[in-house]
Amino acid sequence: MSIWTCGRAALADAWLDVLAAASGEGALCTPRHIVSSIAPIENGAHGSHRVNEFAQSAKSALDLIVHADAVLVRIVALSLAVSGTACLFAAGFGLVGGAWLAVARFPGLRVALLLLNTLLALPSVVVGLAVYLLLSRSGPLGSWGILFTPTAMVIAQTILVLPVVAALSRQVVADGLRDGGDPLQSLGAGPLLAALLMLVHERWAVVTILLTAFGRAIAEVGAVMIVGGNIEGVTRVMTTAIALETSKGDLPLALALGLVLLAVVALLNVAIAIVQRSRFASVGLQTR
Amino acid sequence: MSDAATLPLLRLSNVSVQLGTVTALQRVSFSVRRGEFVAVIGANGSGKTTLLRVLHGLVEGTGMRRLGEPAPVQAMVFHRPFMLNLTVWNNLRLALWLARARVPRAEAPARALEALQRVGLVDSRDRPARVLSGGEQQRFALARAWAVRPDLLLLDEPTANLDPSAKKEVETLLQGFAADGMTLVMSTHNLGQAKRLATRVVYVDRGEVRLDLPTAQFFGPSADERARLFLKGELSWDLE
Repeated sequence: MSIWTCGRAALADAWLDVLAAASGEGALCTPRHIVSSIAPIENGAHGSHRVNEFAQSAKSALDLIVHADAVLVRIVALSLAVSGTACLFAAGFGLVGGAWLAVARFPGLRVALLLLNTLLALPSVVVGLAVYLLLSRSGPLGSWGILFTPTAMVIAQTILVLPVVAALSRQVVADGLRDGGDPLQSLGAGPLLAALLMLVHERWAVVTILLTAFGRAIAEVGAVMIVGGNIEGVTRVMTTAIALETSKGDLPLALALGLVLLAVVALLNVAIAIVQRSRFASVGLQTR
Repeated sequence: MSDAATLPLLRLSNVSVQLGTVTALQRVSFSVRRGEFVAVIGANGSGKTTLLRVLHGLVEGTGMRRLGEPAPVQAMVFHRPFMLNLTVWNNLRLALWLARARVPRAEAPARALEALQRVGLVDSRDRPARVLSGGEQQRFALARAWAVRPDLLLLDEPTANLDPSAKKEVETLLQGFAADGMTLVMSTHNLGQAKRLATRVVYVDRGEVRLDLPTAQFFGPSADERARLFLKGELSWDLE
């Protein structure tokens, strides 16, 4: 093994350690696992073999996508359903809760807001652990019997993205009420109604918040892995499937799911950009 | 004159307002009678806007604020009109919905149309309200206020940001409201406007009402030196 190859492998290892520590996902598969399953390139012959293998996997992945493989479609559909449902619940509670917090006056409000902003960075594995403890047989809600079901995954992801929706919508409403609070009160709107009307007024911002929450939900792996169990055909979603398939060395499905997940995230970004353009257009402003 | 005509619509007695560390109003006593057109004038930061907000109940202070019997229906047009990100029509319908206790639901569409006709914005009903010009936005704000048929209309420098022609349009509307018997209280920097429109002028300085006179008397020889200095500072010729 050349010094260059050793050094490159050591640098890659160090970089992966940083990534794994920073991700906080605690998934069953760390980036190190993923790379270690692919032996470091040692010499030209092995190198070209690995490249061919990767190319073959990529081709197989594209075939799975183009031909709408049944397993792939089921996993993608479940991912969208779980994350979409979680975002709907988070939207319902988070938007109203955020609007209320923008106009509420009670002792401890500042502490509540500080806590809410702290929860924005809630690690998904922590959420998964908490929901697991609640829903496990020995937990207070064990009698519900919903651990390792999509319902548990929806609950976990709702808890994960609810602070995102609440905190960001609170800020949007508070900012809007600086100009609109007195006029709306003058028209006869009470504080909470004025706050809710502000959500209507800033509906493009609300859409952006919800798209952001959906992006957070669909890309997380820790919570759904813990409370869902990654059971084939039942609770396996894109992120947990990628982790599993990669650890098995079965790259085509992992790559295919990765490409679909990337496409979903890319589409979300495009949607956010379109929403922003619409928002500026609605007030007669030019976008860049 | 009947009792209803002489009794004030709204009265402030010894009202003081503290906004943070600033004393915005100091022991202000002020009343508004039906049919009056009161112009509140004063320098920036003198307390004009705070006075209007206290009258409207948006700000509370010490002292007493008493409404007439029955309590007058109030509306306010702000310095910068605020409109929701909706069409002109939907903004107006929303305002009438918020005032549904006074405006029956069945009457709302007709009332809204009448209001837009009065201010000349019928053709703009389906446009986003926020793309209206400055003058159109103020006219819309007047339509929105007029639609609920207020007894008392408060206006915070309604023409401050308008060009002369838009200013003239708004003043014409205000004169029409006054002619219909509406009571108006308007803060303004524009002394000529106050002289043209108001029946009574109130001069506010450093949170206090320094002078409160009928218009003809106010713009004549004044007993208050600060008011005279203010007027002289605003105009290039001696009013006496």
